[in-house]
Amino acid sequence: MYKYDQYDQAMVDARVADFRDQTRRRLEGKMTDDQFKPLRLKNGLYLQLHAYMLRVAIPYGTLDSRQMRKLAYIARTYDRGYGHFTTRQNIQYNWIKLEDAPDILADLATVEMHAIQTSGESIRNISADQYAGATADEIIDPRPWAEMIRQMTTFMPEFSYLPRKFKIAVIAAEADRAALRWHDCALRIVQNEAGEIGFQVFAGGGMGRTPFIAYKIREFLPTNQILSYLQAILRVWNRNARRDNIHKQRMKILVHELGEDEFRRQVEEEFEHFLARGEDFPQAEYDRIAAYFAPPPFETGLSEEIDRSDPDFALWVDQQVAAHKAPGYAIVNISLKPVGQIPGDISAEQMELVADLAERYSFDELRATHAQNLVLPHVRKQDLHAVWSALHEAGLGEANLDLVTDIIACPGLDYCTLANARSIPVAQKIAERFADADRQKDLGELKIKISGCINACGHHHAGHIGILGVDRKGTENYQLLLGGSGDEETSQAKITGPGFDEAGIVDAVERAVERYREIREPGERFLDTYRRVGMDGFKEAIYG
Amino acid sequence: MKILTGNDLKTGQVVWWDGQGWSLHVEDAVDAGDRADAIIAREEAECRVNGTYAIDGEKTAEGFRPAHIKDRIRALGPTVRPDLTLKPADPSAGNWVI
Repeated sequence: MYKYDQYDQAMVDARVADFRDQTRRRLEGKMTDDQFKPLRLKNGLYLQLHAYMLRVAIPYGTLDSRQMRKLAYIARTYDRGYGHFTTRQNIQYNWIKLEDAPDILADLATVEMHAIQTSGESIRNISADQYAGATADEIIDPRPWAEMIRQMTTFMPEFSYLPRKFKIAVIAAEADRAALRWHDCALRIVQNEAGEIGFQVFAGGGMGRTPFIAYKIREFLPTNQILSYLQAILRVWNRNARRDNIHKQRMKILVHELGEDEFRRQVEEEFEHFLARGEDFPQAEYDRIAAYFAPPPFETGLSEEIDRSDPDFALWVDQQVAAHKAPGYAIVNISLKPVGQIPGDISAEQMELVADLAERYSFDELRATHAQNLVLPHVRKQDLHAVWSALHEAGLGEANLDLVTDIIACPGLDYCTLANARSIPVAQKIAERFADADRQKDLGELKIKISGCINACGHHHAGHIGILGVDRKGTENYQLLLGGSGDEETSQAKITGPGFDEAGIVDAVERAVERYREIREPGERFLDTYRRVGMDGFKEAIYG
Repeated sequence: MKILTGNDLKTGQVVWWDGQGWSLHVEDAVDAGDRADAIIAREEAECRVNGTYAIDGEKTAEGFRPAHIKDRIRALGPTVRPDLTLKPADPSAGNWVI
């Protein structure tokens, strides 16, 4: 994985020093809250319901054991012993003191981490396929490009005061594990008929109060032109965005209002200007960055056999283990969704255990996923039982990847100032309702996603079953949505009808699921059945 | 009845105006009446709190109860982590929020 050079380290250290001075001045009363707020947000420090919240960037979801141990240290030293993995492959801490924040950032800098651009009107943490560099279905590892884009967009003056936040994702596989088309700008690495590698470029996606699925604006872009093309997209948006209306500032609104063709025309026109400047990375720079992501020294001649005599282990293997590109290796998904627990939460002790496992069994690599789980990307099949045993003992052995209890949920009204309703208790109750392992297995892939407000951090628009918490005259109310997806067949979920109270939404979900069981055809997932029969096929079962 | 709440500047902890200063306990809150704006302006200027605002609520036998669930959650702590609330030893404390 990428290692900071002296420039990266100097920039991050300088930012920590700046923030230490800014915090001192704020605490001494030399700066007002209005003056300080944009500065702390530029360093990922929010003020939430119960305390300050710090969101730490995990670029493209990749980290090593040293970094994970530091995250555990921060949880234990400065917070209340746990952290929360987010839907942007980041981690956040809910109980931070302002006076500790500069020390935390200094600690993070010692392991090449920071909280820059995890908030505010900036280019946010770039997300990627959590199986990058490990899966057999990718063309190349997309992370060198994610890293180059990260370097280009960090602290770039033209993009320091964007109209709103801007989210980028990069993948290189046909399977979409990164909710690609729900991003402002989405890049899929593809290979054309001549065997050349390039980018398919999508733009104008996003969730929130006005959801849009990104349009494909370029079928094929040579890889060595991507930085010019990205700058062209950003400039067209930066120049034309509706800065007068906070609800219309995201790029998706501009793309929608201009229309796909006119937006594309303006981008292509701007692109020609950037291209002529000749500022794209030369091949040598790509090669330099790509070297950091060279495959680890996989052993050869390993056995493909897995001893499945332990039924609990076999169940876990079937659900949590994915195919690896190297013979004898596997990708291990670690569920952060034990039934009844808080989706995405992990204790400091569990972080340290996962770090130990990464160091011992996965070439010191870890990944965070947008679905609030973790991944050990390179595990020998012969080590799977040892990994499972350790995870199981630590409460991380749940076998529910992509099943009904693997629920994405934002922090909701339990932690977030923006939320209108609690998300976590709904997720817990649904998980408890469907806890039976045989029932989960029978239902198959079923992705439930819950947001506590219209900002959609819980990705409810992309849920096979989505739930949106709203405030109805001071009372929590939950809208039910069906038919969303964040995969390669992206779709936007639709509202079923009137909302429900907290108990009612759990019953409504169960009625929808039971309806699926009644009418499904062989091999159909919940989403497939919904797409075949439409909302009418479910509505009566839900509302009676 | 109007009471004032905000977050302690240094720690971010939720605090309530008790007539003399800022308390961690909503039970200590007092009616700020028509002095709410003046108190907020003074206290923010002195950098003791930030994010201050006035809320509605009612006086009950157990003390002040904020009208909105968001402020009741702020007053107690996250409903999903009773161990991290202000009343970790009281398993029924969450009922007050809902």
